[in-house]
Amino acid sequence: MPPELLRMIITAVLVVAFVFLNAMILGYMERKISAHIQRRPGLMEVGPHGVLQLIVDGLKLIGKQLVVPEGSSPFLFRLAPLLSFAPCVLPFVVIPFSRKLQAVSMDVGLIYILAMTSINVVAVLVAGWASNNKYSLFGTFRSVAQAVSYEIPMLLSLLAVIMMTSSFSLEGIIEAQKYYWFILIQPVAFIIYFVSGLAETNRAPFDLPEAESELTAGFHTEYSGMGFSFFFLAEYANMFTVCSIATILFLGGWKGIPLPFYDYSGIIWFLLKVYGLLFVMIWARWTYPRVRFDQLMTFCWKYLIPFSMANLLITAIMVKII
Amino acid sequence: MNVKTDLRAERGYFGELWFGAKSLLIGLKVTLKALFKPIVTVQYPREECDITPNYRGHVELVFNPETGGCDCIVCGMCARACPSDCITVKGEKKEGEKGKTLTLFSLDFTKCSLCGSCVETCPKSALTYSQDYNIAGFTREEFHYDLIERLKRRHQQPLAAAAGGN
Repeated sequence: MPPELLRMIITAVLVVAFVFLNAMILGYMERKISAHIQRRPGLMEVGPHGVLQLIVDGLKLIGKQLVVPEGSSPFLFRLAPLLSFAPCVLPFVVIPFSRKLQAVSMDVGLIYILAMTSINVVAVLVAGWASNNKYSLFGTFRSVAQAVSYEIPMLLSLLAVIMMTSSFSLEGIIEAQKYYWFILIQPVAFIIYFVSGLAETNRAPFDLPEAESELTAGFHTEYSGMGFSFFFLAEYANMFTVCSIATILFLGGWKGIPLPFYDYSGIIWFLLKVYGLLFVMIWARWTYPRVRFDQLMTFCWKYLIPFSMANLLITAIMVKII
Repeated sequence: MNVKTDLRAERGYFGELWFGAKSLLIGLKVTLKALFKPIVTVQYPREECDITPNYRGHVELVFNPETGGCDCIVCGMCARACPSDCITVKGEKKEGEKGKTLTLFSLDFTKCSLCGSCVETCPKSALTYSQDYNIAGFTREEFHYDLIERLKRRHQQPLAAAAGGN
């Protein structure tokens, strides 16, 4: 077997396994943190402190029938979960978990990741359209409007970092943070990116697409079993991707206090930073109430975009001067 | 004076941003504090709460520690006061004892409406409300309580301990 093919197979297996593992860890984190914020113990029954609960949930979801609703478009209905899941796995291929733990090194790694995460919007659109359900359609409208709006400040805030490093390669950006993390000189860009990331991944307080009190579950109302769990996995994989971009661009990626076998053990720092950010995401979800749609748009167009523009301008001037 | 001044317009663009950011941080502080506070819920089947003494469960005979039994004189007032007709009291005259002795006090809890008329009418205050709230069952016969049996079971432990003490 040619080594390149072997490398591809190993990468594919590891990446998909990691996506599932990540969803389990985040699912557990989310339920435990939400429980403790509400001062209850949360998962306690399956395994010690309920650690095996997510495995049981997964088995249940695999065992369930995928019901295709009447009047829907069966092909598109079945396609949408896959369309949502597949692009969410792909960014993991280029993420540098450590100096040598990166499947593919790409010159345009950042653009590749952003392109892949954007495909999720199409999947949501297809899912909502094919469901033949008004709640799904409303959820879809909101999701697409939100994703398209928040893409702009997100990209503008990342562009400020790109201007400083003049590199789209993720390793190049990490190397540029040799002496200090970019969060120190680009705090505004970091905050704008993180808030837009929350909105991009449809997380609270920007979870209007799946506002359960208004739309039952939004675009995945009609999905059961594995159809639903693909959306679920995709949401958590997207959260991980958003937080790992934040880590790479603003928090120095895998850089930290050197450990033995640093070329590989950098993954510890990387995962610590990413899960720290994910904790903030979960923490924010269980703190803030959902915003109204006009507030959502006002915040994006009147605050995030002007501020990211101003930040970009100042960065450009500073880069020119220094 | 216009009381309903528009605070948003008053604060202006940057004031609104500052105010919003501050309140968001305060919110995060509140939930972070709650995250590290002890849990207040009870894991019900694993642990149980003490019930308030005011709890009105089904009827129960009062234990009299002097006689080691109950004070019931089998007058039948409770059975007559019961609007749902769910109490049956029987007693017999025993040799060498004043009055009747209780032989059967059965409560059909499926019909009981927990009105408490029996407890109020009892001349000897021999009836009270139970503190037992774990009374789920699979058949209706499980709710036909023999209160004498329950009284005995409730006080088996203290009686045995008292006997051991002597």
